[in-house]
Amino acid sequence: MSLTFLIKRLAGAIPLLLGISLILFAIIHLAPGGPTDVYADNPSVSPEALQQIITRFGLDKPVPEQYLLWLKAMVTGDWGLSIRTGRGVLGEILARLGPTLQLGGMAMGISLIVALPLGTYCAARRGSRLDTALTFLSFAGISLPVFWSALLLQLVFSVWLGILPSAGMKSIGDGSLIDRLQHLAMPVTVLSLATIASWSRYIRSGMVDVLAQDYIRTAYAKGRREWGVVIAHALRNAMIPAVTVIAIDFVTIISGAVITETVFAWPGIGRLFVESMNGRDYPMLMGLMMMGSFGVVMANIIADIIYAALDPRIRHG
Amino acid sequence: MTALLDIAGLVTEFRTENGPLTAVKGVDLSIAKGETVALVGESGSGKSVTSLSVMRLIPERVGRIAAGQIMFTGADGTRRDLAQLDQDEMSRIRGRDIAMIFQEPMTSLNPSYRIGAQVAEAARLHRAIGRRAAWDLAVEALAQVEIPDPVARARAFPHELSGGMRQRVMIAMALVCDPVLLIADEPTTALDSTVQLQILALLKRLQAERGMGILFITHNLGVVAEIADTVAVMYGGRIVEAAPRDTIFTAPAHPYTRGLLASLPRVDHAARAAGVVDRLVAIPGSMVDPRHPPPGCDFGPRCAHVTDACRAAVPGLQEVGPGHQTRCLRWSEL
Repeated sequence: MSLTFLIKRLAGAIPLLLGISLILFAIIHLAPGGPTDVYADNPSVSPEALQQIITRFGLDKPVPEQYLLWLKAMVTGDWGLSIRTGRGVLGEILARLGPTLQLGGMAMGISLIVALPLGTYCAARRGSRLDTALTFLSFAGISLPVFWSALLLQLVFSVWLGILPSAGMKSIGDGSLIDRLQHLAMPVTVLSLATIASWSRYIRSGMVDVLAQDYIRTAYAKGRREWGVVIAHALRNAMIPAVTVIAIDFVTIISGAVITETVFAWPGIGRLFVESMNGRDYPMLMGLMMMGSFGVVMANIIADIIYAALDPRIRHG
Repeated sequence: MTALLDIAGLVTEFRTENGPLTAVKGVDLSIAKGETVALVGESGSGKSVTSLSVMRLIPERVGRIAAGQIMFTGADGTRRDLAQLDQDEMSRIRGRDIAMIFQEPMTSLNPSYRIGAQVAEAARLHRAIGRRAAWDLAVEALAQVEIPDPVARARAFPHELSGGMRQRVMIAMALVCDPVLLIADEPTTALDSTVQLQILALLKRLQAERGMGILFITHNLGVVAEIADTVAVMYGGRIVEAAPRDTIFTAPAHPYTRGLLASLPRVDHAARAAGVVDRLVAIPGSMVDPRHPPPGCDFGPRCAHVTDACRAAVPGLQEVGPGHQTRCLRWSEL
């Protein structure tokens, strides 16, 4: 893994992101309706005022020109104003990023801590009763719709037991660590359940492949005990296929766990996206989606770096 | 000579969906200190399973030793039945008293670690030494197996080495703790013939220096002629003939052994004069199906000399001469 490789990868991301932005811009404008529709039905907004909004946001210019204007501003760091709220797009996104990172980061951390040993154990004891049971639970976890498990948790812990708050990030007038953790508990659980289920499957199958390799037998032959073999010889090689999935899932959640955030009224990116979508808030949507795309591209580059760190054949190849 | 390893009545089964499948059906084998015993047979004859049974490397999920004894005398003189040990006790013996090298040098090393680290790991598992000392020991072991520039090569990854070099690394790893027994499971099969000879010469030299016993598994009779003191021929999970090396080549008693010898390609002048060049003699039929073994002698269906007595029961081992036994009822007439 050399610096030139890294620079090459980063430079390669630029045309990719340009292409993505072009497609996103086209798709948003192809979608029926526009940002002024909200005002069009409002009798108190005069046609003149409407025209003024259109001129002010440049919506009367041809779409290609709008794109170029947007691109120029975007590159210089001016992400524009939200049509819906009139505030700066970048500021709005950053304000929502904090809560999302809190929720997503915690869910990812817990998922990794649980999925890694779980998948490893199942692979080492494949075919055992516990493995079969955990396999069943994993598929249940993958199949369970997030909105359903979220509502179920709310019913049990907020309505019936009344021990956890059903929504929001903190109680009004409170904001202590305990209060925040109580608000985090259910959304984090819901998010983690699905990722633990899928990640542990990936780690298990990667591990099963690796445990059948000749060098595992060699490790036993030189006197390694089972868990020494699994941890020192198998885990590193087994992680390689799982890294991509984990990196991409990470971005997906960071760029907004839409359903979870909506059900738990979590003031994050996911909800901002839904609100902006409903309002056809072009600048905000472009900002959000570009940020998501950037995240996916970066996650891929980071995954490549991790591959190279794990596997010397990639490092030297 | 004291026997290092005494296998008696070893039976190894695999678990399958249709019940246990017996791969090794009562093998007796003995290896003395400094002796090389070649275990010869086709794929599926049970020779590798025998060696994996000695190492106890068959996972419980896959199969088990159903019967028999594997008496082994360790470097410290204790004599134990390996078949009765648990995996924890076995892991103390593996790599220290008994080491093993495998057929596929390309895939037998962990691709993620430097070869020096993999050899050093073998040393550290059995000796109370630090990383530094273990690394130095690994470099020394690499030098022992004639790897050029061992100090630099120790830092190489497996994919940077050729197959022959990787097999040398495997040998260095196996011998770093000075085992008294080396099990070599077709160590030269995947290599070019020139490299094969180099590896065989290396093993012979190391054995002469250290006096370890070697169980050498192969299907290649040319390799047997090169390295073995004693030969055991396996067929269908049983040893069908055992004899000193020269006896096997000059006076084979079992029809299967004779078939194997006849199927060797010959390029010497005598053969050319006799007009048998380019013509290989094959043994008719194919290896016994372990799920449906024939009644009596396993080789019966492929044997030209089979009689009703052969089909009645599995022939016992018959004494042919000193150190020479065969599982053929008709060896004296043939």
